[in-house]
Formats: sequence, structure tokens, C-alpha cells
Amino acid sequence: MKYLEAIGKYFIMIWEVFKKPTKWRIMKTLILKEIDELIFGAMGIIIFISFFIGGVVTIQTALNLNNPLLPKSLIGFATRQSVILEFAPTFTSIIMAGKVGSYITSSIGTMRVTEQIDALEVMGINSLNYLVFPKIVATMLYPFAVAISMFVGILGGWVAAVFGGFAPSGDFIQGLQMDFDSYHVTYAFIKSIVFAFVIATVPSYHGFYMTGGALEVGKASTTSFVWTSVVIIIVNYVLTQLLLG
Amino acid sequence: MIEVENIHKSFGDNHVLKGISTVFEKGKTNLIIGQSGSGKTVFIKCLLGLFEPDEGQICYNGQYYSKLSTKERRNLRQEMGMVFQGSALFDSMTVEGNVMFPLDMFTNQSQSEKQDRVDFVLKRVNLIDAHKRYPAEISGGMQKRVAIARAIVMNPKYLFCDEPNSGLDPKTAILIDNLIQEITQEYDITTVINTHDMNSVMEIGEKIIFLKNGFKEWEGTNKEIFKTDNKAVTDFVYSSELFKKVRQMYIEERN
Ligand SMILES: Nc1ncnc2c1ncn2[C@@H]1O[C@H](COP(=O)(O)OP(=O)(O)OP(=O)(O)O)[C@@H](O)[C@H]1O
Ligand SMILES: [Mg+2]
Repeated sequence: MKYLEAIGKYFIMIWEVFKKPTKWRIMKTLILKEIDELIFGAMGIIIFISFFIGGVVTIQTALNLNNPLLPKSLIGFATRQSVILEFAPTFTSIIMAGKVGSYITSSIGTMRVTEQIDALEVMGINSLNYLVFPKIVATMLYPFAVAISMFVGILGGWVAAVFGGFAPSGDFIQGLQMDFDSYHVTYAFIKSIVFAFVIATVPSYHGFYMTGGALEVGKASTTSFVWTSVVIIIVNYVLTQLLLG
Repeated sequence: MIEVENIHKSFGDNHVLKGISTVFEKGKTNLIIGQSGSGKTVFIKCLLGLFEPDEGQICYNGQYYSKLSTKERRNLRQEMGMVFQGSALFDSMTVEGNVMFPLDMFTNQSQSEKQDRVDFVLKRVNLIDAHKRYPAEISGGMQKRVAIARAIVMNPKYLFCDEPNSGLDPKTAILIDNLIQEITQEYDITTVINTHDMNSVMEIGEKIIFLKNGFKEWEGTNKEIFKTDNKAVTDFVYSSELFKKVRQMYIEERN
């Protein structure tokens, strides 16, 4: 019952976000600021993690494909499939839920407890539009981050394969090009757009409707991370069933 | 002028306001006093339209809030300035940015017009060299003054202050009080101030409402409050040793 109410409140919030827009001149600067914070600010960690995860996936695959009858190119193939289908879109999204999500919850939550949101409302500003809309727009650039994550992940795989002596470069690259289905990339981008929306809105919800003081801001960030991850995992399952099933 | 008619407000089982009626006049500093938790902040938030009263009406210069459309409410909001209990400055913006924010949002003035207005109000609250600093880098008293500057930058018809001088030393507190009173008279604003500071009551209490247990227990001026026989009021007013002494001396002197 409590959850049902929260879900209802969440969708009402989304509706409010798109009502009564803030002046475009001001919104533009807010959006640019959020792009810088939410997308560029997260690139470092995304690249770092993608590179090493790509490497690990390759090593694991290589160790499990030690039958000499199997061609080495399968290592490249398996790396490509796992990175494009799951690791780049889903794994990075969970990381983003931690990094970007907790930033969103704590910044909005702090504004709530210090009455800055009330101050916006008193001025007659739609605070949800002012605070959440730029975040939603900024995270719509998230598929670019995922594209980079895919590239770096596969690069990490190649480095691990070649320098770890698991597969020669030629075989690995041949595997990368084997049976390539561009729909898989489309699927990954559709997923990441939906995840991006979740990452922008669920933490905003937790920050916006929190009550209490500084301690509660910390708690709200943790709760927000848990829920954002849960929603991402569920949405991932549903979308995979719908788009690939 | 704001007319308040029989306002009720509850949070769950907690009946905070139990039917408050009063009138706040233009060009006067109206004070709401009462113990911590007596519902002062809830009351002022009802006046601001941040809380919807469960029952009762609020009328701003003849317009009933409940009868206004969303758009008219928004326009009314733009005629209100509010100084929050904790200042509520936007901490991602400089002092200047905070004060300019309402102008950016609601006017089409040129940059230089806005800058002039910001300089003017910051000077009005005696802040001349803090323009480029961030809220975290200035003192509490300065933050309060920035909050006042932000509240008056749009020339409001109504000014609400929630404990504008809590956490300030007595001297700064009086400066802030006097500043609010001057601004109120100068621009003929309807000002409502929450406070539990007896100095403010003495200095600027042109009209005082005393809240207790959700009711309006007493109403009058700062001249009347020190003479009233109302037990609840005298208990509150003379709760500090200093005021008890002063009263005693006053009585002794008279006899
Ligand atoms: N948003 C809210 N939700 C639920 N209860 C609230 C809310 N705001 C205030 N209350 C309750 O209303 C009562 C009055 O609180 P209020 O903040 O108005 O007191 P106050 O007179 O301003 O006190 P102080 O002088 O300490 O600021 C308290 O019991 C408080 O718990
Ligand atoms: Mg209060």
C-alpha cells in the first residue's frame, strides 16, 4: 500500500516536472550545467570501469573456452556481445545510480531541508521543473556515454586478450566482426535512455519529498541508490523480454 | 492588508492551528509570537500559500486566495517576499546572484537595470562589499540581510519574515528589526514577522498576535503587552529573568 502510494506520487511528480516551464534563457544554462555535472563529470569513472570490466570479461571467456577445437575468435565475439548487451548499458547505469543518483538526491534534499525549495515556490516558480527538468534533459545524452563505454570496454577486452596471450589480435578482431547485429546496439541505446530517465527522476523524487535534517539527507541518498538500482534491474528485465524475447 | 478568517490546519492528528482570525494592516510591522512549536511557522506558511489551510479563508487586499485561479495565485506570489527561518539562500549562487534571481526569473530588464536594482537593495540592507561571495562565506547576520534584500528586490506588497533575528547577537538583531520596520514604512508593505524575541516585540511590535495551543490567545500593541493581565501572555513575556527584574523595578518605582 505504502509502495503503491509512492509510485503514484512519483508519476504525479513527473507530470508536474513538465508543467509550467521555466524561462528558456535560464533553463538553457541550467541544462548545460547539469550536462557538465551529470555526463562529463561521470565520464572518468565510466571509462575506467568499462576498460577493466571489458578486460575481465575477455579473460573469463578465454579461460572457459580452453577447448582447442573452438576458434579463438569466439573470445572476441563473446566479449562484444556481453559488453554491448549488458555491461555497457546496465552495469554503467548501476554505477551512475551510485555516483549521479546520490549527487542528485543529496543536492535536492539539502535544498529541501534548508527551505530553498520553499523559497523557489514562494517566488511562484515551479520548483520541480526548475530542479528536475534540466537533469532529465542532461541525462538524455547518456547513450553517448554508453557508446563510449562500449568502445572502451571492447578495447579493454582486446588489450587483455592480446597482452595476456589469450588470443592473437587478428582472431579477436575477426570475432568482434562475426554475425554483427546492429539491432543489439539499438536495444542497448533504448535501454540506456530508459535507465537515464530512471537515474534522473528516482533520486530526484527521494530528494524532493524528503523531510528532516542533514542526517536524513544521507539516509535519503542511500535509499535512493537502492531504489534506483532495483528499478533499473526490473526495467532491464522487462525491456530485454520486450525487445529481444 | 491581509485578512485571516478562522484558519485551521492539521498534520494527521496534530491539530496545529485551531481557528485563527486576525487582520494585518499595510505599512505596519505585525508580529506573531508564541512558544517554540506553537505553530508560528505553519501559520506564516499558510499566509504564503505554501500550506493550504484545512478550513478558513485568507484575503489579500480584497482577493480571497481560495477563489483565485492558479495563474492569479502565481501573480499574487510574485507580490510576496519571504525571509525564511534559516535564510534559505541558494548556496550555488553568489550573494548578487541570489538577489538578482527573482529579477532574472520574472522581469525582462536589461543586465544593467538589474545590476542597478541589486546594488540598490544590497546597499539598502547595508551590504556593500559582499556581492561576489557565496552564502557559506558570509556570517549569519549577513545572510539574513541578503535574504531580506532578495525578499524586497521585486518591490513586494507583502513581506513575511520567519524569525529574522534568531541566532543573531542583540545588536545585530535590533539592526535587522529596524531595517525591516523602515522598509515596511518606506514602501507601505504589509509585513508579518514571526519571533520569540522580546526585544523585537518592544522595538517594532506595532501589532502583536500571541499564539498558544493553536489559538490566538491575545492580540494588541507593544504598549499594551506589558500591561496586560492575561496570564499566558505575562508568563511568556516575563519568562526571562531580565524582563522579570525590569517589571519588578517598574512596579517598585510606581509605588
Ligand atoms: N510539514 C509538517 N508536517 C507535519 N507536522 C508539521 C509540519 N510543520 C510543522 N509541523 C508541526 O506543527 C507544529 C508547529 O510547528 P511550527 O514549526 O509552526 O512551530 P514554531 O512556532 O514555528 O516553532 P519555532 O519557534 O521553534 O520555529 C509542530 O508540532 C510541528 O511538529
Ligand atoms: Mg518556526
